[in-house]
Amino acid sequence: MKSRLLLTFVLASFASLPACKKSAGTAGGTVELQNVSYDPTREFYADINTAFAKKWAADGKGEIKITQSHGGSGKQARAVVDGQPADVVTLALAGDIDVIAQKGQLLPADWQSKLADNSSPYTSTIVLVVRKGNPKGLKDWGDLTNNGIGVITPNPKTSGGARWNYLAAWAWAEKHYGGDQKQVLDYIKALFKNVPVLDAGARGSTTTFAQRKIGDVLISWENEAYLIEKEFPGETEIVYPSLSILAEPPVAVVEKNTEKNGTTAAARAYLEFLYTDEAQELAGKHFYRPRNAAILAKYSAKLTPIPLVTVDKDFGGWAKAQTTHFDDGGTFDQAYGTK
Amino acid sequence: MGKKRVIPGFGLSFGITVFWLGIIILIPLSALFIKAAGLGPGEWWKILTSARVLAAAKLTFGASAAAAAVSTVLGLLVAWVLVRYQFPGRRILDAIVDLPFALPTAVAGITLTSIYAPTGWIGKYLADMGIQGAYSPFGVFIALTFIGFPFVVRTVQPVMEDMGTELEEASAILGAGRWTTFRRVIFPVLIPALITGFTLAFARAIGEYGSVIFISGNLPMKTEILPLLIVAQLEQVKYEAAAVIASGMLLVSFFLLFLINLLQRRLNWQTR
Repeated sequence: MKSRLLLTFVLASFASLPACKKSAGTAGGTVELQNVSYDPTREFYADINTAFAKKWAADGKGEIKITQSHGGSGKQARAVVDGQPADVVTLALAGDIDVIAQKGQLLPADWQSKLADNSSPYTSTIVLVVRKGNPKGLKDWGDLTNNGIGVITPNPKTSGGARWNYLAAWAWAEKHYGGDQKQVLDYIKALFKNVPVLDAGARGSTTTFAQRKIGDVLISWENEAYLIEKEFPGETEIVYPSLSILAEPPVAVVEKNTEKNGTTAAARAYLEFLYTDEAQELAGKHFYRPRNAAILAKYSAKLTPIPLVTVDKDFGGWAKAQTTHFDDGGTFDQAYGTK
Repeated sequence: MGKKRVIPGFGLSFGITVFWLGIIILIPLSALFIKAAGLGPGEWWKILTSARVLAAAKLTFGASAAAAAVSTVLGLLVAWVLVRYQFPGRRILDAIVDLPFALPTAVAGITLTSIYAPTGWIGKYLADMGIQGAYSPFGVFIALTFIGFPFVVRTVQPVMEDMGTELEEASAILGAGRWTTFRRVIFPVLIPALITGFTLAFARAIGEYGSVIFISGNLPMKTEILPLLIVAQLEQVKYEAAAVIASGMLLVSFFLLFLINLLQRRLNWQTR
């Protein structure tokens, strides 16, 4: 009896050993790619994948199958660090891919210089969405701190999109108050006093604003704002503020994974495809701002040109913006008086 | 182990028990504490006593206790109705009680939010009365009541079914009034089950994330719950800090559950 007991203990200790990793090889002839992306890109990449597979076959390279994974950008990055076999990542923030490079060592630290335009084949910005007819007369960031205005934005601690919103508002205030940090922080404080709900993610905020009809203004991704117009026709209007931020959602090949899977060439071709005219058109169709100036101009009736600050130039890069504003004790915590 | 039991196989069954508890509870939990041990006691203290964590802890444990208490009272009533009365639709009602178990918590959260938001069916009337339903601590309480309620019903119900009506009849024959019968005869029998139900509902509520984050509004210092702060730390890729909050939560929960167990033992002993 004792030996049987012992056996079970031995079994128990074996089970606790890390399981051997299985490599996701390529099935004969068909190349498989996994694209780990963030939430609002679902429809866009569905179109891209179809177009790319067609081109791949037309070039005589055979069949290619691309699987998608979507979720909050930060969560997706952690999943890749923890072993999700992504061949390419297409995330919301450069900071999230930095995490994969640093914590996971899955791609080189200079990944962002591997592709054109900071490895961001399309860009976006942050706009204001108001109720039809703009009943509260909200024209710019300054109006959001008026008395009795309900502002909807997600929690910057949990949402990548919310950090863009925050930095856009911050950039406007910094310019408006001539760089006086105390006044800027007071503005942010007043802004968040008007926020009745901080959803955990950007989609959550969209639902709160559009479906539950809470608040007077939603701070939102530009592409998401146009999606709301499509989903809730005649209920909202988009207001372009006097200043916003250039969001550059980056893409990268997860080299350590593709080397193992033998998919490096295909993954690179996939990301380079995003810069072709065909893909740039698709980006514009899905309300992302194409990098290609000629194609962007075609969509400029909707994607209004406005002055945009950048994280690199105006906030000293993502790492610095993260510690200054969003880490524990950062300006967001200060605005809420939690530190 | 020396004595022969009626049913043999202690060695094997004990082995499986230890093995199973090991892989699904002990190893993950030790991993959590090992991760948290990456930070020194000073860091632990700083994280656990920060204003934001304390406010979230107050809300999490407070709302969980309140929700479990209300679930206990209402659960007792519902179990009573289901066991003691025959009426059309009783079986359907009985099945409905289990729904919160089966429903994905995110669905529960979104549904409750749309109903209790100031624009929702019920939230509208609450707003007229000056009460904010969703996006307030009260909203957290609503969600936690929803998910905790079936635990109480399902633990009390079988005890009530076993109890039968003989005891009450005997009590009535011996001259006890209705209130005395309830207080002195029925209640003592039900108390252990009620406490178990309360404990389960309470424990479940403390860890609840999916439904609460939709209805709470996640305002720092006001409606943030502890599990959300853990996610916020993960979002900053601070695994250790997240593990510290989780460990702190676990220790407090363990302590509270241990106290409740102790109380239950004493009550059990008294009623015997």
